This record gives sequence, C-alpha cells and structure tokens, in this order.
Amino acid sequence: MAAFTSGEIMVAAAAREIRDGDVVFVGMRLPLLAFQLAKLTHAPRAVGVFENGVIRLIPSDQFLYTMGDPPNIVGASMCTRLSLVMSLLGRGRIDVGFIGGAEVDRFGNVNSSLIGPQDRPRVKLPGSGGACDIASLAKRLLIIMAHERHRFREAVDFVTSPGYLRSAAQRRALELAGGPSALITTMGVLGFEPQSGEAVLRSYHPGVTVEEIRAQTGWELMVAPDVSETPPPTAEELRLIRRLDPQGFWTRGNAG
Amino acid sequence: MKLMSLAEAIGRFVPDGASVAMGTCLESLIPFAAGHEIIRRRRRDLTLIGPIFDIVVDQLIGAGCVATIQAAWVGNVSAGLGYAFRRAAEAGIPRPITVEEYSNYTVVLALLAGAHGLPFVPVRSGPGSDITRNHPAFAEVTSPFDHRTVMVVRALRPDVAIVAVQRADAEGHAHAWGNLGITEEAGLAAEHIIVLAEEIADTAILTSDPNRVLFPPFRVSAVVHCPGACHPSPVQGYYGRDHQFYADYHRETQTPEGMAAWLDRWVYGVPDRAGYLARLGQERWAALRRLQSAPAAPADYAWQEQASPQSDEVEPRIAGAAPRRSTRDRVGDTGAGDTRVGDT
Repeated sequence: MAAFTSGEIMVAAAAREIRDGDVVFVGMRLPLLAFQLAKLTHAPRAVGVFENGVIRLIPSDQFLYTMGDPPNIVGASMCTRLSLVMSLLGRGRIDVGFIGGAEVDRFGNVNSSLIGPQDRPRVKLPGSGGACDIASLAKRLLIIMAHERHRFREAVDFVTSPGYLRSAAQRRALELAGGPSALITTMGVLGFEPQSGEAVLRSYHPGVTVEEIRAQTGWELMVAPDVSETPPPTAEELRLIRRLDPQGFWTRGNAG
Repeated sequence: MKLMSLAEAIGRFVPDGASVAMGTCLESLIPFAAGHEIIRRRRRDLTLIGPIFDIVVDQLIGAGCVATIQAAWVGNVSAGLGYAFRRAAEAGIPRPITVEEYSNYTVVLALLAGAHGLPFVPVRSGPGSDITRNHPAFAEVTSPFDHRTVMVVRALRPDVAIVAVQRADAEGHAHAWGNLGITEEAGLAAEHIIVLAEEIADTAILTSDPNRVLFPPFRVSAVVHCPGACHPSPVQGYYGRDHQFYADYHRETQTPEGMAAWLDRWVYGVPDRAGYLARLGQERWAALRRLQSAPAAPADYAWQEQASPQSDEVEPRIAGAAPRRSTRDRVGDTGAGDTRVGDT
C-alpha cells in the first residue's frame, strides 16, 4: 500500500508544473492545494488569481471549501470584480491555469457541460464556470482528471473547454493562447505533442503500469520514449499537503 | 421610498416571466432570502442570469420557478452537482428548462454590453468551444479593421438584479466588501436593482467612503433590511459559510420527494427570513457569527478648505454633513467584525 493517495501525488505533480513567478489562475480543490504547495516550496513568488475577483500573493493558511470563503478574502492582495481578473486572461497576463472536468479527449478538449446529445442530455453537468476562459486564454493549461476509461475518450461529447481541438494547427487558427501543457491524472502525467497537439504519457504514478493506463484510456495512447515513474511526493510535500488539507477532504478518496 | 420589505420588493420587481440576475458574487453574498421569497410567491417562467450559480438556483429550479438559465455553472460549489438542475435539464422535472450556457468571462461581457447600451461585444473565449455553437447569443462577425473573424456575444439586460451587501442606506447607497464577481455589471445592466442589506446605516456612513459605493443610488429601486439574507453563503465581516448546510442539502435533495420536503421545511414552512433563522437555531446561527475581527484601516478623505476671497467665513461644503471626526468614529463602530449585527 502506497504511503500517499492518488490525490496527494496529483497535488505534488501539479505543484511542480507551477514555476516561480508564475501568475496562476487557481480554481479550487486539488489546484488550490497545488498552488499552496508550490508557494511553500519552489515557487514562493507565484501569484494566485481567483475568478470571483481575488488576487493573493500569500495563500490563505486555512482550509477552503470555496474561493469565496472569508479566509480567502482576509490577507488578499486585491479584492475586485470578475471582469478585472478575466482581463488578465484576455490580455495574456496569466501564465498558467487549472481546470478539471468530466471527460477529456486525446487532444486535451474537456467536457464539463453534458453527456449525451445536446438537446436531450443523459447527464447534465454543472457547466463551464471559468474553465472555457482559462483553457482558451492562459499561456499554459493544466488539466486535472480522474483517469477512467469512460472519461478518457477519443472525442468528448461536448467541448466545453477547447484543448487542441483536432490538431494544434486548428487551435492556432482560432487565435487562442497556449493550450494544454499537462494532463495530471489519478494514474500518471500526460504532456502534449507540440505539432499534433496529441496527449503523450510522460510518467506513471508509483504502483501503476503503462498497460493499466492504456486500459483506462479510450484511445490508442502515445507513450513518450523516456516515460518514467512520477516522482512521489517528498516527505516535506506530504507534510505540507496534510497540513493544508487536514481532513483529507480533497486528497483522500477524491479524484478532483 | 426605497426602503421596503423583501415581500414588497419581490412582489413589485420580480413578476412572472422576469429575467433576474442574482448570485453575482459567485460563492459569497448570495441573496438566498430573495430566492426563497420568489419561491414562496410561486413566481413562474423566470430567466435566471449569473456566473457560477450556487444552490439557491437549484432551489428555484426545484420549486418550478425557472424556464431559462443563462449562466456559466449550476450546482453545489462545495458538494458537486445540483440534483434539481439535473432533473429539470435531463427529465423536465418539475418542468423543462432551457439552459443557455455561458462562461464566466462571456456572461460578464454580455452584461457589460447591456450596462453600456451596446448591442454586443467581442469575446476572446468562445471560439472552438461547443458552448457557443447553436447558442442564440453568440455569433461571428468580420472585423471592419483587419477583416479577421471575431466572435461576439449579445448584450444581456436583466429586468432586475438582486444584490446582497453588508450595509446600505435608504437612498440606495450600498457598500459591499470582499470579492465583487459580476455584481457591478449585472446591476448596471438591469432595469431595476434590489439591494438586500445586512445592516441599514446613515447616509453619512456610506458617503464617508464613496469609493466603496456599488451603484449610483438613483439606480437602486429597492433597499431591503434583511439580516442573515445570505445564509448558508458567507458575508465577510458578518457571518461565515455554513459548509454543513451545503452537504445536508446535497444529501437531502437527491429525489423529487426529498426536494419537496426540503422546500417545505426551509421555504414554504417559514414566513420570512427571521423564521428561517429561528428554524436554523440560535446556537448554530451564533456559531457562524463568531468571527475574528479584521478591520480595514480607515481611508482619510482629508481635504483643504479654501478661504473665500470675499469673506473670511468658510461655508461648509455639504449642508448637514456630520463633523469629520464624529463620522469617522461612527464608521469605526460599524466596521467589519462587528458582532452586534443581525441580532434576529
């Protein structure tokens, strides 16, 4: 039995995707924990931007259920309107943003709107929130997902948040920003091939095999020649994650 | 007279078929009391406009008040999906609804266009997303400047925006602090603004900090004194978020019968917000209001009195304005963290 949960290694892997000095469009749950962890380790100068209109240089040290929780306001650098923080996306000032979703496909297109036909959905999901905006306009996009075959599809039913669509060229033609840079899952970490825009397995989490990942992926998965094990969270990272999420509300039994 | 009861405000400004912007701060300052009054008055065929919509909208859908949703997200922010929203969208229970999905960015730009009297505005997020396909509010046009294709979103102009704030006066000056979400754009785009205030304060207190005033007061149609209006969502400086209430709602509304029982208990079964808070229980409500004070430093709008060239006497600039010192003292008395507020 691993000494950490899949949620915990996802948080550690996501934190490593944040560079020092990045302006990060944060979101909640695992992305928030990843931002907090990165700030406390290798990225002390990263800045957190929340779509409700909060900008923080120093993350709250309280556990947050939502970005509107009062502890996320106290000690903020700026409390403002949604249109102001969205202008940072529009003007190209957001280095990296996080989104989750119900389904993802081989080009990093994410569905958080509906399963089934649009006029008669079998499952109605909550919707975009800011995900479409982040996916369209952040310089780098990090996608956090539970790695299950019914979620990892050749093509999603509905593209809420565009990845590379059907090719990187197709995305570029629409004048969207960067595009997906990593897909962090319960089983591994995928990158994206720059020419085709197709997902490539970069690493598998400890205890997971490439074959198991293929079996949970609904398309013929490309695997990087130098695929390796995802570095497990260090003792220090685990200590910090468990301090940030003391009840394991997001990191134990929760795939994000 | 703008100061009125919640029942009167909803009765006058939220008729059947109205388009209503609410929940404009996203996860905080959500005017649940107004949603519940709309349900009690059995309003029908509403269009609800907002960004990330919390469970107040799930409740309005579950009560059969809603025909159309124009929003970026509907669910339970801390617990996940909203069952009433799913039942209505998937199976037409208790009635079918039309969902016109936006993203947070595009819904605020649509309201910004509405606020400025523009027919539409360009958007940068939307191309490549299925949200904008088969959607009546999105279209592509050719830029007259460089002949490139530009996506535009049609203006949204709600009939009414319902906004919750920390304090307001009877004239419509309102102070909100914390994140503001799309509150300003939604209010200015709307025909009417209803303000629900935790506290009613003197005009001098509101105008002592005019940078914090949300709307020109003449744009506000109704001011309602409604302590506890936003429970279970938080109001900075007044009460915290009741996370357990969200978890309970999620568990209790999985079936139509559960939804009906929930509405009976928390909406139909109480006459007003005071009754709701009584049902919540004094102890639970008091616990949510036990806060760590975090007051802002006062901003001093100091000014230099100009001596009149004709006379040595200096006229006060604002007739009836309180002396500066005492105004500041009064502001301090009602600052963030005051636990006297909302003693219902």
